[in-house]
Formats: sequence, C-alpha cells, structure tokens
Amino acid sequence: MPENIAFGILALVATLAALRVVTTRNVVHAALYLVVVLATVGALYVLLAAEFVAAVQILIYIGAILVLFLFGIMLTRPTIGTDTGLDNDQRWIAGVTGLFLLGVLSFVLVDAFGDEQLPDLGGVSREALTAERGTAAVGDAIFSTYLVPFEVVSVLLLAALVGAIVLARRD
Amino acid sequence: MLESIWVIPAVTFASFWLILFFGKRLPKHGAEIGIAALGIAFVLSCVAVVEWNARPADEVVEAGHETGALEEGHGGAEVDDEGHALGEVQTLALESAVEAEGGEGEHEAEPIRSAVERNLTWFSFGGVDVTVGTAVDGLTVVLLFTVALISLLVHVFSTNYMHGDVRFTYFFAALSLFTTGMLLLVVSSSLLQALFGWELMALCSFMLIGHWWEKKPNSDAAMKAFLTTRTGDIGLLVGIVIMFFAAGQTFDIAAINEAALSGAMAETALVAGAAALFIGVIGKSAQFPLHTWLPDAMAGPTPVSALIHAATMVVAGVYLVARLYGVFWEAFDIGAGGVNPIALIGGITILIAAALAFVQTDIKKVLAYSTVSQLGYMVMALGVGAWTAAIFHLFTHAFFKGLLFLGAGSVSHAVHSFEMKDDMGGLRKFMPVTYTTFMIGSLALAGLFPFAGFWSKDEILLGAAENGYRLFEVVGIVGAFMTAAYMTRCVYLTFFGRYRGHGHPHESPPAITVPLIVLAVFSVGAGFLNFPGFERFFELTENRVFLLAGVEHHSFEVFPAVVSSAVVLAGLAFGGMLFFARHLPRGVTARSGAARAGYSFLVNKYYLDHLYTGVVIGSIKGGIARAAYWINQKVIDGVVNGVGIASKRTGSWVYRHIDQQVVDGAVNGAGFGAEGFGGILRTIQTGRVQQYGALLFGASAVLALTLVIFI
Amino acid sequence: MLVNQFLILGAVLFCIGVYGVLARRNGVLVLMSIELILNAVNINLVALGSLQGPEAAVAGQVFTLFVVTIAAAEVGVGLAIVLLIYRNRASVDLDEVDLMKG
Repeated sequence: MPENIAFGILALVATLAALRVVTTRNVVHAALYLVVVLATVGALYVLLAAEFVAAVQILIYIGAILVLFLFGIMLTRPTIGTDTGLDNDQRWIAGVTGLFLLGVLSFVLVDAFGDEQLPDLGGVSREALTAERGTAAVGDAIFSTYLVPFEVVSVLLLAALVGAIVLARRD
Repeated sequence: MLESIWVIPAVTFASFWLILFFGKRLPKHGAEIGIAALGIAFVLSCVAVVEWNARPADEVVEAGHETGALEEGHGGAEVDDEGHALGEVQTLALESAVEAEGGEGEHEAEPIRSAVERNLTWFSFGGVDVTVGTAVDGLTVVLLFTVALISLLVHVFSTNYMHGDVRFTYFFAALSLFTTGMLLLVVSSSLLQALFGWELMALCSFMLIGHWWEKKPNSDAAMKAFLTTRTGDIGLLVGIVIMFFAAGQTFDIAAINEAALSGAMAETALVAGAAALFIGVIGKSAQFPLHTWLPDAMAGPTPVSALIHAATMVVAGVYLVARLYGVFWEAFDIGAGGVNPIALIGGITILIAAALAFVQTDIKKVLAYSTVSQLGYMVMALGVGAWTAAIFHLFTHAFFKGLLFLGAGSVSHAVHSFEMKDDMGGLRKFMPVTYTTFMIGSLALAGLFPFAGFWSKDEILLGAAENGYRLFEVVGIVGAFMTAAYMTRCVYLTFFGRYRGHGHPHESPPAITVPLIVLAVFSVGAGFLNFPGFERFFELTENRVFLLAGVEHHSFEVFPAVVSSAVVLAGLAFGGMLFFARHLPRGVTARSGAARAGYSFLVNKYYLDHLYTGVVIGSIKGGIARAAYWINQKVIDGVVNGVGIASKRTGSWVYRHIDQQVVDGAVNGAGFGAEGFGGILRTIQTGRVQQYGALLFGASAVLALTLVIFI
Repeated sequence: MLVNQFLILGAVLFCIGVYGVLARRNGVLVLMSIELILNAVNINLVALGSLQGPEAAVAGQVFTLFVVTIAAAEVGVGLAIVLLIYRNRASVDLDEVDLMKG
C-alpha cells in the first residue's frame, strides 16, 4: 500500500508539472517544470526497482539535457520573462488531438492489461533483487547481449556530435 | 621479440601522440620523434627477422589439403618449444609423405618454422570470444622489415622535403599513424583487428593526400581516394562477416584458412566471401575497375606517395590475399589452371596501367601508373598460384618504387615542378646522385638482370608458366616490355636532352640523397635473396597455409629468364629508339635547310622516325593508350554521368514529344478540374510542421481506434 | 501495484507531450515536449519489462538507457537546428518556418 500512495503523489506531481511545461508562459519556468517531471519519473523508476535507470535519469536528463535546454533558451531569448506569444493558434486542435489520443490509448491499455498486477518484489530478498535486476545485471546485459546496439549508439552519438557542430558553427 | 611483436606498432602509435602533443615545441618540430620511433621500429623489425631466421623449423605440414588439416590439431603456438610434439607430427608427416606423389613428397615433408601466435580475448558476445593478438610468420617479418625501413627513409627524406611546411608537425604525426596502421595490419592475428589497421590507413591516406587542402584539386583527390577505397571496403566488410560465420564464428585468420582448406566451409559462403574480400582488395590495391584513385592521389606530398605506393597502403590488398590465401585458393580453384578472377583482374591491370603510363607528362603519374601495373603483377602472381613470387615482388617493388618516388621528389625539389615535358630534361648533369639512383630504380622496375625487379618478375612469369597459366605468362611478358619502354621515356624526358625548365637545378641535400642511396642498394641487392641455390627468401616466408594448399615453389630456370631479359632489353631498345634517337634527327634538321637537303637520303630515316612516332607511338600512344586513357576518364569515371545524361535526354525527349503533345492535351481538361480540387487541398498545405503533426497524430489515433473497434 | 497505473501515467505524459509539440510556437519548448514523450515511453519500457520477469526487466532498463542516450543526441542536434533558425531569422517562432508551404 505505501508504494501506491507514493505512486499517487508522484503521478499527480508529474501530471501537473507536465501540464505546466506545455502551458506556462515563461520559457525558463517551462524548463524548471520539466525538471520536476523528470525527477518524479526518476522516482517512479525507483518504485519499479530500476535504480540504475533512475540514477541515469537524474544525471543525464537533469544534469545534462536540462542544462542544454537552458543554454538554448539563453542563446535564443533576448528577454527572459513572460511571453504571450508562446502558443500558436491551433491550440484547440492540439488539445482535441491530445485528448482523443489519450482516450484511445487508455481504452487500449485497460482493454489489454485490465487489472494485471506487477510482480510483488517485497518478498524477494535484497541480494536476489540486486542480482536479478540490479545495476550489475544491467551492466552485464549491456556489455554482452546488447553490445552491438551499444556500439551503434556510440556511433550515433558521435554522428550527432558532428552534426550539431556542423549545424551550429558560424562560418 | 616474436612473442611481443606488438611493441613495433605500439612504438609508432606512441610517436603519433607524442608528436601531436609535444611536436610543435621541439627544435625539429616533431620530426625527431618520428625518426626515433621509426628507427626503433626498424631495429626491432631487424631483430624479429633475425629471430625468425634463427627459429628452428619444427613444424611439419602434411602435403595437400585433402588430408584434413584440422585433425592434426596443432595450432602453431602449441607445437612451439615442445619437443615431444615434434615426434608425433613427424610420424604423421612420414605417413603423408608416402601418400604424396613422387618426388614432391620429400620436398614438402621438410619442416617449416611454425607461426608465433599470441592472443588475448578482447570481448565476448553471444558466446563468441573475439580475440586480439599477434601472429608472426615469415610473411609478417618480411613486411615488418620493409615497412619500417621504407617509412624510416621517408621520414628522413621528409625532414628536408617538407621543411618550412605550415603543417610540418601534423604531417609527421600522420606519417607515424599511417605506419602504425600498416604495422598493425601486418601483425594482426584476427580479421577484425586487421580491419582496424586497414581503416587507419584509409583515414591517414585521406589526411596525407589532402595535406595541402587549400587547393581544391588536392582535397578532391583525397576525397576520391577515400571514397574509392571505401567502395572496396564495403566488400571487405561483407567478406569479413561472411568469413566469420562460414568459419564457425571466428575472426582468427589461421582458423579461417584452415577451415577453408579443410572443406569445412560451405562452398557458396566461401565463394561469396572470397569475392567480397577481393572487392576490398581491388579498392585498396588499385586494381582494374577501381584503380582511378591512385594517380589522383599524387596530389599529396611526394614522400606520402612513396610511402603509400611503395610499402604500405596499396600492398595491403596484396598482403590480405596472401594472408587469406587458403580462402582464395579454395574459392577460385587457383591450383586448377584456366582463368580465375584474381589472375584476370591482375592481368588486365598490368596492361591497362602500363599503356596509360605512356601518355603521362607528370613524372609522378608515370610512376603511379607503373605502381598500378606492378600491383597487377602481384595480384596476378597470387592468382596463378605463385605465392612466394608475389610476396617477393612486393618486397623488391617496395624498394625500387620507393626509390623512384623519392627520386621524383628530389627532382621536383630542384625544379619545383612535376611536369617532365615543360620543366625537366638534362638533369643528369645537375643532379648526379639522383640521376644514378633513379636509373638503378628504373632498371630494377624494368626488370633487368641483375637488379631486384628481374628476380621477382622472373619468378612470377615462371610461376605462371609452371602452374599452367600460359596466357598470363604472355601478359606478364608483354607487360615487362611495356614497362621497360615507358620507363625509358620517363628517364629520357627527365634526365636527358636539353633542360627546359627555369632556374638553376642543383643536387639535393644529404637528407634526400641518403635515403635514395640506401634504397638503391636494396634495389640492386634485394633480388639476390632468392638467388638460385640460395633461396633464403623462400625459406623464410614458407608458411603453413600454402603448404596445406599445396602451392608449389619453382626454382629459377635459365630459359624463361633469358626470354624475359630479352623482352626487357627489347623494350628498353624500343623506348630508346623512340626517345633517344628522335633527339638526333631533330638536332640535325634544326641546323639548317641546306643540311636537310644535303642529307636527303636520310630523310627516309626521318620518315622512318615519323613512321615510328606517327604510326607506332601513334598507335600505342595515340590509339591504344589514349583509348585506354579515354576509357579510364570517360567510361569508368563518367559512367554515372553517362547514365545521368542519357536519362536526362530520354526525359526531355519524352517531355517534348509525349508529354507536351499527347498527354498535355488530354490532361489539360482534367487539369482544370484538378486545379479546383487542389485549390481546396492547398489550404491544408500551410508548410507548418506542427499542423502536419496534428494531422498525423489525429489520423493515427483514428486508425488505432478503428483497429481496436473492428478487430 | 497495477501495471496499468504506470502505463496510463505514461499515456497521460505522452498526450501532454503531443499537445505541447502541436501547440507550442517556441522551438525550445517543442523540444521539451518531445522529452516528455520520450519519458512516457521510458516509463512504459521499464514497467512492461518489470511485468515480464527479471530478464525482461533488465532488457527494459537497457533499452531505457538507449532511449536516454538517443534523447541526448536528439536534443543536441535539435537545439543546433533551433540556434540556426534563430541566427537566420532572429526568432525561434516555428510558425514563421513554412518553407514547405504548398
């Protein structure tokens, strides 16, 4: 039960913060709300016993990507403050599309998974849990089973790096 | 040393980083690090050669591959140093010697030196261990020696040649890295690791060919070299993957060879893999369809050309075929005679490139085409089963081609140009050392007794003849004739006649002439390593794979050697007649009109000369060569353009005749209708991505809903 | 815990992200909304993996890590593009970027 309470709080915070991300009139605030969303999602990973992913979520998303965003804002916004022109005129179309999509998705999810329970990990000993799905297990999987995708991702990062430099440099 | 051969590439690799970080601050701007590293690498290579030479011949390989190499179960390293294993193997060999036919059995039962292997597991995935390591055998030590020596001399040469260059330090760093790539390739025991060296060279060749990238043609040439070799590398990559699976999930070169020879590989996979690998070889070694990059690569600084064309990059392809000889042998039935792709490509390359060398006016381009042609010899030799001959030619060619390129560099250093017709001529008097060494290199390239080229070329021809490839022997002889003739032209235009350039050429300083002299010594002497009755080279490079395959080595024979020498002499005479002799009548006719009238009977001779120049050279130079050059430039380079133009023409024809007249009339009516409808649709084509996004998400939600409802 | 708790939360975040992508005019905000979408997907990956037992849980986590990596790359390139637009037009208003207008 306590985990359900925790989930409820986290889900509420995440939803509200996400809504603020897409509705706020201040770009910097949007970025800060995004921090909240990302942090709560990280906490959800902990609930799901995925502590390494949670750590990565905090480190990479909040530590790196968010900083990138702030740089982006800094470099593209001469004035920082509220701005009425952040939304375009198809807000209503977008809202309808989003709600419609949510309806369809929820229907499908409820239809498919019903009230299926996640396996209860409370009874499993901590050692067993770590061995099964802990950081070490994830590390083993990355460097054995998923070695090739891992290498491919590293090449992709390199390509993105080069691409970003090419796009952004002044010449 | 043989166990820890990895030190050699490691030294040059360290040199790369040191030059990069500290080079600029040193008094010689990093050149001293490069030379020191290459000096160490060279000494270590010499040690490796000596140790290999001193290594006891302890492995006996059964003759013929049919007996099944895998059952024997001795990887090179295991037999190493184990006395008791020796007896066991020899028993096996005795049995096999009985089975082997006639006299050959005795020869092949002689023990050879076993390869020294050392492997570490790099990583493993899906239950497969990928290893890195070194494998040292005769082929490796020979190449190590050659590469280290040539690279050392090129470094020394460059200190003077590149003096004052804006990117002097960077140049030396790239040279070190380039050498590392080749050394790594040579010592690799696995294909994956070899690929690293291979690609490292591709990268460095790009950097070095485009060293003076401020000029557009140079960076274009670098791009062309990179992309062309890359085209081939696709084949290589595919081939490596096929080999990996065909040989039972291993990248180990020795294991792949054994699997191919023992018949453990599926026939289709073997042939497809070998063909794919050979495409990589064609790209790297500048063989026939993909040879166009090499002459363009002359845009790089001359020492780079010497390094790329003499010892490293282009011979990497030849090395790969030699290394994976078991695979190619089985896949293309090399031992069976007849025609196979390797020999065919090699043969075509010899002739085409030699013909092209006639029409070049740039001294480096003559040498470039001659390199292509000589690589053709090596590939052809491998294709006809003359393994040792190919490696031997690789070895000798490295010296004399390195010599010729550095000689051309020395010449250009003096006259500041590469154009033989406009800026050279008569340099013999100004640059005696360069002239003498260049002559030695040319004669070695032409294959005149007793220079190095003679011995190796002769072995190739002999191998072709003895293995039942008469056609390719003829190709080789024709190629030898052409080589002799175009080198005569090149030497004539550069060193004889009248000086046509400007300024005062002078002999180059010792940093340039000393490498030339060293290489000249090797160009004369290297051939004697396989002197009849001595045959040290053959004994050194003898390895397990070609014994398993049953490759035969043929000793020197007098008659073919005489024939090839005669052909070379004829070629030299032919070239001499065309170029040196033409010099004489021109002088006479230039003197006065009266003299011309007085020697009217000599006019016939001039006419004969005209006949030679007009008809003979005309047909070779104007006709065949130019046609080949034309094909080269227009057909091969322009095949894509051609397709483009053709489709454009077709398109415009269709546009004019069908579209405008037939279709248009019919469509106009419909068009007006469509225009009205399109006007309506146009309103949603706002060009705003987000609106498209809304439509996309909305539509996919609708689709998902219908899917949920109806299924 | 129900698996649907997580999946529906994912769906909610996803749809909010979609709304943001469609309704926002500022290029940087659109990129942020894309991050919301990617996070929604990550929640699904981890939750569904956890549902299927230890091995799938590890697989789900590994793929989440890949998605995070790719998101980082995407933000890098995306922001470079936004900067380029800003430099050319002195604004990051996506409504003004309508070169595809028919």
